[in-house]
Amino acid sequence: MFKIVKKQYLANNIYLMDVLAPRVAKSCFPGQFVIVKMDEKGERIPLTICDYDRQAGTVTIVFQSVGASTKIMAEYEEGESFRDFVGPLGCRSELIDEEPEELKAKKILFVAGGVGTAPVYPQVKWMKENGYDVDVIIGARNKDLIILVEEMKQWAENVYVCTDDGSLGFKGNVNDQIKDLVNNQGKSYDLVVAIGPLIMMKFVSILTKELGIKTIVSMNPVMVDGTGMCGACRLTVGGKVKFACVDGPEFDGHLVDFDESMKRQQMYKTEEGREVLKLQEGDTHHHGGCGCGGN
Amino acid sequence: MAVDVLKRIPVREQEPQVRAKNFEEVCLGYNQEEAMDEATRCLQCKNAKCIQGCPVSIDIPSFIGKVKEGDIAEAYQIISKYSALPAVCGRVCPQESQCESKCIRGIKGEPVSIGKLERFVADWARENGIKPNAPEATNGIKVAVIGSGPAGLTCAGDLAKAGYEVTIFEALHEAGGVLSYGIPEFRLPKQTVVASEIENVKSLGVKIETNVVIGKSTTIDELLQEEGFSAVFVGSGAGLPKFMNIPGENANGVFSANEYLTRNNLMKAFDESYATPIKGGNKVAVVGGGNVAMDAARTALRLGAEVHIIYRRGESELPARVEEVHHAKEEGIIFDLLTNPKEIIVNEDGWVSGIKVVDMELGEPDASGRRSPVEKAGSEHIIDVDTVIMSLGTSPNPLISSTTDGLEVNKWQCIMADEANGATSKEGVFAGGDAVTGAATVILAMGAGKAAAKGIEEFLKK
Repeated sequence: MFKIVKKQYLANNIYLMDVLAPRVAKSCFPGQFVIVKMDEKGERIPLTICDYDRQAGTVTIVFQSVGASTKIMAEYEEGESFRDFVGPLGCRSELIDEEPEELKAKKILFVAGGVGTAPVYPQVKWMKENGYDVDVIIGARNKDLIILVEEMKQWAENVYVCTDDGSLGFKGNVNDQIKDLVNNQGKSYDLVVAIGPLIMMKFVSILTKELGIKTIVSMNPVMVDGTGMCGACRLTVGGKVKFACVDGPEFDGHLVDFDESMKRQQMYKTEEGREVLKLQEGDTHHHGGCGCGGN
Repeated sequence: MAVDVLKRIPVREQEPQVRAKNFEEVCLGYNQEEAMDEATRCLQCKNAKCIQGCPVSIDIPSFIGKVKEGDIAEAYQIISKYSALPAVCGRVCPQESQCESKCIRGIKGEPVSIGKLERFVADWARENGIKPNAPEATNGIKVAVIGSGPAGLTCAGDLAKAGYEVTIFEALHEAGGVLSYGIPEFRLPKQTVVASEIENVKSLGVKIETNVVIGKSTTIDELLQEEGFSAVFVGSGAGLPKFMNIPGENANGVFSANEYLTRNNLMKAFDESYATPIKGGNKVAVVGGGNVAMDAARTALRLGAEVHIIYRRGESELPARVEEVHHAKEEGIIFDLLTNPKEIIVNEDGWVSGIKVVDMELGEPDASGRRSPVEKAGSEHIIDVDTVIMSLGTSPNPLISSTTDGLEVNKWQCIMADEANGATSKEGVFAGGDAVTGAATVILAMGAGKAAAKGIEEFLKK
């Protein structure tokens, strides 16, 4: 069992949890993810690692309660435990293995969309801790979906916030913000790391291809085991089939077939809808195990 | 009841029309009377050939002799000396090509039903609460076992009986490997059979730590250098699915058999009280002809689909067990033999709408003696399906070999290990099962786990 030692509400149905998982905390790096299975009957849910504390043995996850499973996950409180928590899975960010001189010479822009801000956070933190200054864009539809701005400011050189409706920061989507930085503010970048919804990563990749900036994206397909044994998470990169869970999750955004990935993400849409309905209408959903009586 | 010595006592099964709609076990097994009758057919050979046919060399005449006497408890202790998973092996071993293929009774009539007798003994022991004999004390020497499939469980069980402190590391959330995620409930019940055999291994003192991915959560080198393990056995299997690399293979509705079976067996997607979903499909094509293909096809059938097996060779070349093919046919699976997929047809929403196939004929035998299938010109046609399950075999996951210094693999990513003792190119690291051979059988993996346990003991005594 893996105990939740801290739970924090960040914004609009977005939660942060520190989970006690010493083996994961000891060996994980930015860019990797974990799979959480809440209880006996739960499904395996992939979540990107947002932070980690090797001494305390904790790993931080951030999730938005959108589907039936994440809604149940949001009901877990500090002191309760998840049945299964496995990781770190996937490859660590390539930046970590780059030559320091080469990395130093690069100007990097991280682009975070909504809850995708969580996986961007540990990369930005790692960069600062290792002596590299980077810029970050945090974008969302409106201010209620913007998270981790203050935390990000501790580590980033510049943090730019933008919202589609202008309710916080720059008015416009992340692409408008990128264009504003490059075209109006005289910024130039050698690398963009974009993490967020598929549609956002797709359009950032189209823009950066025009601008001639190499771009890394973190893919979030349907997963089951997360260790390479099933291929549920397969996607096409540069014409080749890859498994996101072992070959990724990070890939060259200019080579990913986003349209195919977006279709594959819809595969279980009606099942998910049914589960949410069951959850809203039924009164039988109690997550078991802790014996505290809460649900 | 008079026993016809030439014929087996038949085993009771669920009726095909009934079982095609449920996930309950197909074969109901012998009761004690039937088992004792079948046991009388054994000739108790002095130089028993059946033992040679068993990869773990169970003393078959001795345990059958005890069944004949009605001393089932003693029969169980005899089997337990050789096998950690008799309730599993009695069900899933291809006995027709192993122990039963050597049985003298099989020359004139039907061989003794060794598998069904083994299964009866193991089931009887479980129902009567009998456990294998546990060791007296441990010697304090720690051995790590990677993977909790048949190879790992067997190796761990044997080492625990010899007094070692064994910890199994398993990447998934349940132990059992293919016994838990691969072989379906209707062939191998998870709660009664698999879970209780794993409990038996634990009762020998073996610890199982789930949710640990060796190569990610920790490495073999760390286990040896930092966690105090004196030797490691790698039984990580061959879990990496193959695809055909034909157009349309990434469409929605195309699964690897591993994914389809994992959702059903491990995640219990067929049971609505579990959260994991499955797209069962209305008309399903399963590509391949092995046991995994049969399992996937019969699972899809039970989820309500019309199911076609698409296989490029003929019926006699099907690699699946005869019993499984027979069961599949009885249940209504349609076999499209000498047929090979060329392309998966995808509709505008990204979903499978059909599979384009070509007819095949068998050509001249090649160097290996197998007749290779060749395409019949102009025979391309489309079968309308909404789901395709690719069951083309699996290969070892490179995760462990690529994160362990000095562990050599061959060109198929299989770990190189000595067949006799499981020793690899790295001192203190042993390997066996599908991780070494590529996808094979449960009992061969158990044999390899057994050999490696001996190899590890010899290594640690030096």
